[in-house]
Amino acid sequence: MEQFLLQLFIFLTAAAIAVPVAKKLGLGSVLGYLIAGIVIGPYGLSLIEHVEDVMHFTEFGVVMMLFLVGLELKPSLLWQMRTPILGMGGMQVIATSILIAAVCLIYLPWQQALAVGLILSLSSTAIVLQTLREKGLMNTSGGRSIFSVLLFQDLAVIPMIALLPFLATVALHDDGHHHESHLVDISSLPGYMQACATLLAILSIFLLGKFASRPIFRAIAKTRVREIFVAAALGLVVGISLLMTVVGLSPALGAFLAGVVLADSEYRHELEGDLDPFKGLLLGIFFISIGASLNFAMIGSKIGLILGITAGLILLKALILVATGLIFKMEKKQRSLFAIALAQGGEFAFVLFQVSKSNGVLPSETIEPLISAVALSMFLAPVCFLVQEKLTSRKQGQETDERESDSIDRTGHKVILAGFGRMGTDLGRFLISAGIKPVILDYDAANVDVLRRFGFEVYYGDITRLDLLEAAGAAEAELLVITIRDAEKTRELVELAKKHYPHLKIVSSAADRTSTYELMDLGVEKIRRETFGSALALGKDVLDELGTHPYDSHRLMRIFRKMDEATLPVLYKMLKEGEDSYITMYQKHSEELEELMKLDLELEKEEIDKAWTAANPEG
Amino acid sequence: MRKILINFAHPAASRSKMNKALRQAIEGLDGVTLNDLYALYPDFLIDVEREQKLCEEHEVILFQHPFYWYSTPSIMKEWLDLVLQHGWAYGSQGKALHGKYFIQAITAGGDKSTYRRDGYNRFTIAELTSPFRATAKLCGMLWLPPFMVMGIHRGLAQDKISAYAEDYRRSLIALRDDRLDLTKIEDMSFLNSDLDSVIKEE
Repeated sequence: MEQFLLQLFIFLTAAAIAVPVAKKLGLGSVLGYLIAGIVIGPYGLSLIEHVEDVMHFTEFGVVMMLFLVGLELKPSLLWQMRTPILGMGGMQVIATSILIAAVCLIYLPWQQALAVGLILSLSSTAIVLQTLREKGLMNTSGGRSIFSVLLFQDLAVIPMIALLPFLATVALHDDGHHHESHLVDISSLPGYMQACATLLAILSIFLLGKFASRPIFRAIAKTRVREIFVAAALGLVVGISLLMTVVGLSPALGAFLAGVVLADSEYRHELEGDLDPFKGLLLGIFFISIGASLNFAMIGSKIGLILGITAGLILLKALILVATGLIFKMEKKQRSLFAIALAQGGEFAFVLFQVSKSNGVLPSETIEPLISAVALSMFLAPVCFLVQEKLTSRKQGQETDERESDSIDRTGHKVILAGFGRMGTDLGRFLISAGIKPVILDYDAANVDVLRRFGFEVYYGDITRLDLLEAAGAAEAELLVITIRDAEKTRELVELAKKHYPHLKIVSSAADRTSTYELMDLGVEKIRRETFGSALALGKDVLDELGTHPYDSHRLMRIFRKMDEATLPVLYKMLKEGEDSYITMYQKHSEELEELMKLDLELEKEEIDKAWTAANPEG
Repeated sequence: MRKILINFAHPAASRSKMNKALRQAIEGLDGVTLNDLYALYPDFLIDVEREQKLCEEHEVILFQHPFYWYSTPSIMKEWLDLVLQHGWAYGSQGKALHGKYFIQAITAGGDKSTYRRDGYNRFTIAELTSPFRATAKLCGMLWLPPFMVMGIHRGLAQDKISAYAEDYRRSLIALRDDRLDLTKIEDMSFLNSDLDSVIKEE
């Protein structure tokens, strides 16, 4: 136990130190983990043991990652982007695989060459997306092309994991002999039965996701005990992995399928939020163990070879990417970004090399220099981005700046709507009618159910949780709209958003004046009092009914609103300054009201009288 | 019977004695529809379809309004901007208003002497209303000189006001019943320059 805790402590500490440093240097978290692994590994401080076992265990992080990838894949998005995904992505992966395999054929048998080609064709989703997001390039045409290719690669990993074992040429050591099921051994069954069992397993995943998951999750959500939801989510992924292993399929494939099936479930964000830390931690440790398992003695002796492979890899991939860019008629600037962004190897390579090793596809002598080259190319990725940026910005002076069209596409804006109760319903309907599709979050499972039936994109979850905010896309969103009735929760949410997503604009409804002041304290940009609008509209109706000309009552209403909005900060200041004095809340309230009415009377009369009173110009 | 649509545009109608009197004089007349634009569209969101349908149902489109800054109150401009659509009011397909009458009933502060080349306002009413004449022409409408009430700033005595209101009522009834000598009116500055000479008695 002590030993286990010590090991865990070393892993976690290394990650906690290395990842922030790597991020600060613009290297991304994956490289941070690798560095941490190298430092604590046998060629560094030599602090850890049983690296292989750790790697085996943490491979489960990959399964979770694919489940989450599946969750994020909406069939509608895929369909919308089918041309760039299949076209560019397909061309990049296939052409790169073939070219690399062809080069490898000089040294390796064809099965191994093909495996290496496939594995090296992938790029680093983690590094590239992170960099694009940081540089604000996600929504440029180049950024979208890059995203399409990465998406295709993420999808291509699944068949790769499933198919790699068929390329096995190396005899396995017995101890490495893999995780065949110990529970049920279906390999003794006749072939057609095995096929049936496999089909049945996939079918059951589909049925579970489509029909059984909703009532189960709803029942769990009703208890409002968060751990149970987390447990259920973990149980789901573990169970599917187990099922897949039993029927002899890749657990990653099963998890991915389950993710896709659940992608349009209202519990998607909640699942994402719950599983993401586990995935992150497992993958982090997985990458650390990769770093720790790098054989530096070997690398040192073959440094020339590794540098050669790295340079060759980047050049070859960039070449294919430029060709792809030319075929798909990308602009020059976007093309260079496209080529540089995707030229490195990716974290999936580590996973797939591991799969190849445990399935006897590639011998470790082949894998080690390749893994080192991939890691090196990933280290170089941020540098490449910098070079590309420098080159294009220098040229930009001469070229006409080819900008994206200026027209504002409202559908491209990301808005998170927190709370879909009485207020949120109309607000949401209005936004949707105006072409803005907000991501809606609500904590009432029954409510969510009904709204989804009407075609709203509503998700279940407690928005005051950071992970759910993250899953809802707060990092990319422009605006957060809060229509929660609970003032305490609203405050919590505002604080959370201000702290973690300072770029996020916040507009909020407030129950009354007191909560308005509270939100002003927190620096919320736009605050609307919940009932104020309706009160004024009703007031206008009253005046109309009493025979006031509708245009006069309309103006009276508008003037009142303008004044009220103008006096709000004044009253707020009075309140702030008077905070120390011993006035009861009641007195404060009535004083405030009196002040308001006095101001109203003076200003309104004045404004109305000024309007259209035709003073005689002739005197 | 010619049906008359009165598009009434006054943002402070309740405080204009003259307009109140004019309005009362014709409200409820058979064949006359009063359309209070500021009351209907206090937020200026004009229902174009409804307005076009109203125009199609009437043969005379009359705008009753004060003469603000030598022109109209702002909602009337908004009305013209939105309702007179291409393909409906003008353009090769826009024939909805063809042959209908265009007329303004204007209340102005200055009196007749100020709207002259050598007067305080420098331009004549005919010159200042020429944009509306051009608008009517473009829409294939028959333009008639405006019904003018002038000199409001000096304050009109109650009997004057009543007289104008009565003239307004007479003009509209005559126009409605086709008892107005339209060819004679065309040569006059205002529809009500000399009402007795242009209204044919029954």
